[in-house]
Amino acid sequence: MKLIQKFIKTPEGIVGIIILSILITLALSAPIIAPGDPLRIAGRALAAPFSDPSLPLGTDRLGRDVLSGIIHGARTSLLVGAAAALAAIAIGLMIGLVAGFCGGIVDEVLMRVVDAFQIVPGFLLALAFVSVMGASLPVVVMAIALGAWADPARLTRAQVLSLRERDYVAAARVIGMPPVEIAVKHILPQAVPPVLAVSATIVAAAILTEAALSFLGLGDPNSVTWGSMISEGRNVLRSSPWLSIMPGLALIVTVLGVYLFSEGLTKAMTRPASTDRSAPRDGMTP
Amino acid sequence: MTLLSVENLRRRYVSTGRDIVAVENATFSIAAGETLGIAGASGSGKSTMARLLLGLMPPDAGKITFEGQDWLSLKGKDLRRQRSRMQMVFQDVLGAFHPTATVGETIGDPIRVHRTVPKPQRTREIARLLERVGLSSDFAGRPVYELSGGQRQRVAIARAIATRPSLVVLDEAVSALDVQVRNRILELLVELQREENMSYLFISHDLAVLRAVSHRLAIMDAGRIVETGHTSDIIEQPQSAAGRALVAATLRLMPGGRQTNTIQQSEPTYDI
Ligand SMILES: Nc1ncnc2c1ncn2[C@@H]1O[C@H](COP(=O)(O)OP(=O)(O)O)[C@@H](O)[C@H]1O
Ligand SMILES: [Mg+2]
Repeated sequence: MKLIQKFIKTPEGIVGIIILSILITLALSAPIIAPGDPLRIAGRALAAPFSDPSLPLGTDRLGRDVLSGIIHGARTSLLVGAAAALAAIAIGLMIGLVAGFCGGIVDEVLMRVVDAFQIVPGFLLALAFVSVMGASLPVVVMAIALGAWADPARLTRAQVLSLRERDYVAAARVIGMPPVEIAVKHILPQAVPPVLAVSATIVAAAILTEAALSFLGLGDPNSVTWGSMISEGRNVLRSSPWLSIMPGLALIVTVLGVYLFSEGLTKAMTRPASTDRSAPRDGMTP
Repeated sequence: MTLLSVENLRRRYVSTGRDIVAVENATFSIAAGETLGIAGASGSGKSTMARLLLGLMPPDAGKITFEGQDWLSLKGKDLRRQRSRMQMVFQDVLGAFHPTATVGETIGDPIRVHRTVPKPQRTREIARLLERVGLSSDFAGRPVYELSGGQRQRVAIARAIATRPSLVVLDEAVSALDVQVRNRILELLVELQREENMSYLFISHDLAVLRAVSHRLAIMDAGRIVETGHTSDIIEQPQSAAGRALVAATLRLMPGGRQTNTIQQSEPTYDI
């Protein structure tokens, strides 16, 4: 595919995809490379990094393996980030498509709801949701999605509104194609790619939100997360700063990887195609 | 027999507080098998007229009777079914195709939507239509964006005639083509009209094109139809200022006069 070729040519895309591949591999193979429960006690407490070959990154206050925590934490971070972003984008696409395609009163009502969700900061929304529903992975995912679907919804609606005016949609109406088929086959596929381009930023934001929730003790208590590791390290920040620094670095690298990936994708999508597929559009009507 | 009659059609656009009257008090009719040419300068309201007829937007006032039905009263499913009777060829042909569709899918859409043939025969029907417009049936699998301008126009025509409509609206359908390709497309259109007994509403800013295909002409100026009559009468003796301006512009482009018209053979030979 052209897009993949162009994506691979961008330096951002290459670096981003390498970082993400490593992270995803780590996350997927966590049970193999760091077997056992990462929350179990693995050695003496507060062992310094690089002092014990079996515990390369040392241990925390309770003697838990930091490296194992970071590897397993990658699972939670990536899983929650991806799931929340997926949910947010799916909801956003649906709402945006319905609003843009129906227009009129339906559009008005939906867009006021979007406004409401955009005004409230996403993190506050997530915080409130988790405090009410109790912390567990699905709740955290929903909470983050709740604060993130409004942007893709608005973007999808704008796409749909501009696509509706295109001649090929008029042509489909002239043929007598039912509106639902036009929406699904003619508008949705063209409206999705620009929304996907921003999806990486939504993933990055979701990962950060998850970390922040965990930092505040509102993450799933049964899984290791980078946010909770940073939070626990805080208690011994002066004596053992690496306990906070290690998961913090992991978080930064992850968000950077996602960001670079999205930059590469955006560049690949906006860069002109090598073969010209566009005919002179309207506006030159004699 | 009157196929389409339009009475006092009116449409305004409200954009940034300004009112633009795009079509004002338009009245005309088209007989079965006839080609009515609509000529007019840019912005005179020709495309708006096409969109009103095809039900792509509602008029502010007026009446459209098509095949004896009150066309504007049709809604939803009834309208969609009746749409098979009136089709359109767009100016920006590529823009009027689904961007990633193949030729076969493009022509297959109206066949599928209106079930003009049973499902197993669809492929054969697509091949028949392709050959009908002078393309080989191998084209079915090719993406529309790979085609040349003339080939695209043929695919657009095949799609428009797939449902055997009684009226085809062509909005600047040949304006983007170079002269040779344009003449071949015009020949194809005239031939198809004879065989299928369709009517055309042929919109163009170019009187040379309209002279080759239209039985009658309507001249549009600032949303109004200022003159209607037989094509040759209007071209020889335009009565309106807009008509005179269009004729003058056409003559200027054709210094040799009549003989530069390369499509005499397709000139309508019968009167309505
Ligand atoms: N969607 C629109 N909104 C506002 N004004 C429009 C719109 N479409 C066309 N117009 C205006 O209506 C007039 C007629 O346009 P159009 O029907 O496209 O004319 P033509 O096809 O003869 O060039 C022009 O003045 C044009 O600027
Ligand atoms: Mg026009």
